[in-house]
Amino acid sequence: MSSTTAAAPPRLRRAIPLAVLVAIGWIAALLAIALFAEYLRPYGITQMDLRARLTPPIGFGGAWAHPLGSDELGRDVLSRLIVSIRISVTIAFGATVIAAVLGTSLGFLAAHFRGWVEQAVLMLIDFQASMPFLIIALAVLAFFGNSLPLFVGLMGFYGWERHARIARGLAIAANAQGYAAAVRQLGATPLRIYLRHVLPNIAATLIVAATLSFPEVVLLESGLSFLGLGVQPPMTSLGNMVGYGREYLTRAPWILLCPSITIVLTTLSVSLVGDWLRDRLDPTLQ
Amino acid sequence: MMPLLTLEAASRTYRTRHGLFGKPSDVRAVDRVSLEVAPGRTLGIVGESGCGKSTTGRLALGLETPDAGSVRFRNTAMPPQGSAEWPALRRHMQLVFQDPLGAMDRRLTIAAQIAEPLHIHNIGSPAERAERVAALLRDVGLRPDQAARHPHELSGGQRQRAVLARALATDPALLVCDEPISALDVSIQAQIVNMLADLQAARGIAILFISHDLKVIRQISHDIAVMYLGRVVERGDPDTIFAAPIHPYTKALVSAVPTPGPRRRERIVLTGEPPNPADRPTGCAFHPRCPAAMALCRAEDPPAVTLPDGREVACHLALTPDRIAA
Repeated sequence: MSSTTAAAPPRLRRAIPLAVLVAIGWIAALLAIALFAEYLRPYGITQMDLRARLTPPIGFGGAWAHPLGSDELGRDVLSRLIVSIRISVTIAFGATVIAAVLGTSLGFLAAHFRGWVEQAVLMLIDFQASMPFLIIALAVLAFFGNSLPLFVGLMGFYGWERHARIARGLAIAANAQGYAAAVRQLGATPLRIYLRHVLPNIAATLIVAATLSFPEVVLLESGLSFLGLGVQPPMTSLGNMVGYGREYLTRAPWILLCPSITIVLTTLSVSLVGDWLRDRLDPTLQ
Repeated sequence: MMPLLTLEAASRTYRTRHGLFGKPSDVRAVDRVSLEVAPGRTLGIVGESGCGKSTTGRLALGLETPDAGSVRFRNTAMPPQGSAEWPALRRHMQLVFQDPLGAMDRRLTIAAQIAEPLHIHNIGSPAERAERVAALLRDVGLRPDQAARHPHELSGGQRQRAVLARALATDPALLVCDEPISALDVSIQAQIVNMLADLQAARGIAILFISHDLKVIRQISHDIAVMYLGRVVERGDPDTIFAAPIHPYTKALVSAVPTPGPRRRERIVLTGEPPNPADRPTGCAFHPRCPAAMALCRAEDPPAVTLPDGREVACHLALTPDRIAA
């Protein structure tokens, strides 16, 4: 009976597709850049070099002094891009975590208490889903001004309703029959049921939902910054760079193109990885 | 002997509504059921699907609260769910499920799940728990190396053994087995039933065994209760009931049990639809399908009467003198 005494069953490991590998590499690079932005940037983001204004990137007639060129004030585009990545990744990551925690908690509350608690949560979900988030964000930013913590918190309200719906549905299914009912019957406290049993079992679905909302937060932040309501100068973010670079679209397109390409590649990478994770984490597909 | 568990005229009614403005109708899943389970004994509950067997089991465990009547465990009223005493009582009564795969967390190992009730009720030190889990695995006939497996790596019978080990972890006084073997194939069914009987003999557990399989019920039970549409129609010693059923429904059930060799008894085939609990017939609930129905059956619900041989029957025929001939 050698097959029964083996420590672990041989798991079928399919090769990771090339596109997903590249995407994972890109995300890892972004995280590294976000972590070490202070050491990586060659110049300060407000450091001006008025003699080298609007210099093109290398390959388009530029010099190594500014590899990705410089903007209208002679600020180094590469340095600004690195710091922008840090800000945007922080916002998107923080907001996604807030949305996932908030949504999952509310979903569990609804599934546990049912009755009017569930009705209230469902009403909030419907309200959130029916209201264009950009309008809510505009209203909040207009009334409360802008600061980075407030901005992250606000972005955290984006997409929580999806997590709440998923968590509520799966928790109700688990409670009605199966493992959660069995553990409840053993006398476990609700906290134990939800944290030790329900959460690990539905984590795969929630992680995939989070990878879907991550790129949307990046785009939302870019949109709001483009409108001048997001990250305020002299601070910079990807959307902020696109917003201010648009005036020089014809004369110096690199100011706008560098952050735009970063946004596109990041959202594409996270979507690819999320799609792949969904297949990987689904035990019925293994 | 004082019964461990007593159900006294316990009823459970669910309210359903069809459509937004439909008239709400009451579904009496369990209707004035009185049962007793003594320590170390097995009470078998048998009946067709939808007759309220499982709801009776849930009432017995305190997972449902009766609308009327009472459920008493060790002569104390069952605390309502959500009260402080309810979780503590769980260690004395356990449920074995029909679907062992669904009842287990597929992300945890068998050992972790068997140890779970010990963690929940704070029993023993970590070393004692590990020892206890090993002993439980042995008791239910699982190999020690299977402790590290996940539920989906075991067969159906092994999974049900693991579920049983988890239920036995806190040394409960009462085990409610809700169709524990229906999902298993016949050879495994016999193993599990025999194991239950052995465990009962060794530990003195009282078992409430719910099944639609008369042969299994007869094999394992000390007492049986036949349910029809939420009511107990006949209750008593299995040998007496199987040898000479009185209630026409029990007769039909007993005649449907397959027996080897030539058929000695005529098979009674019930006509009519299985009843809808939301739309109960008047009088005796069984009268539309009963071959011996009288005018009285349509008008009046028969009370449960105790016969000289100790069994309880709820049928008008049992009260009339010519029932022996029937």
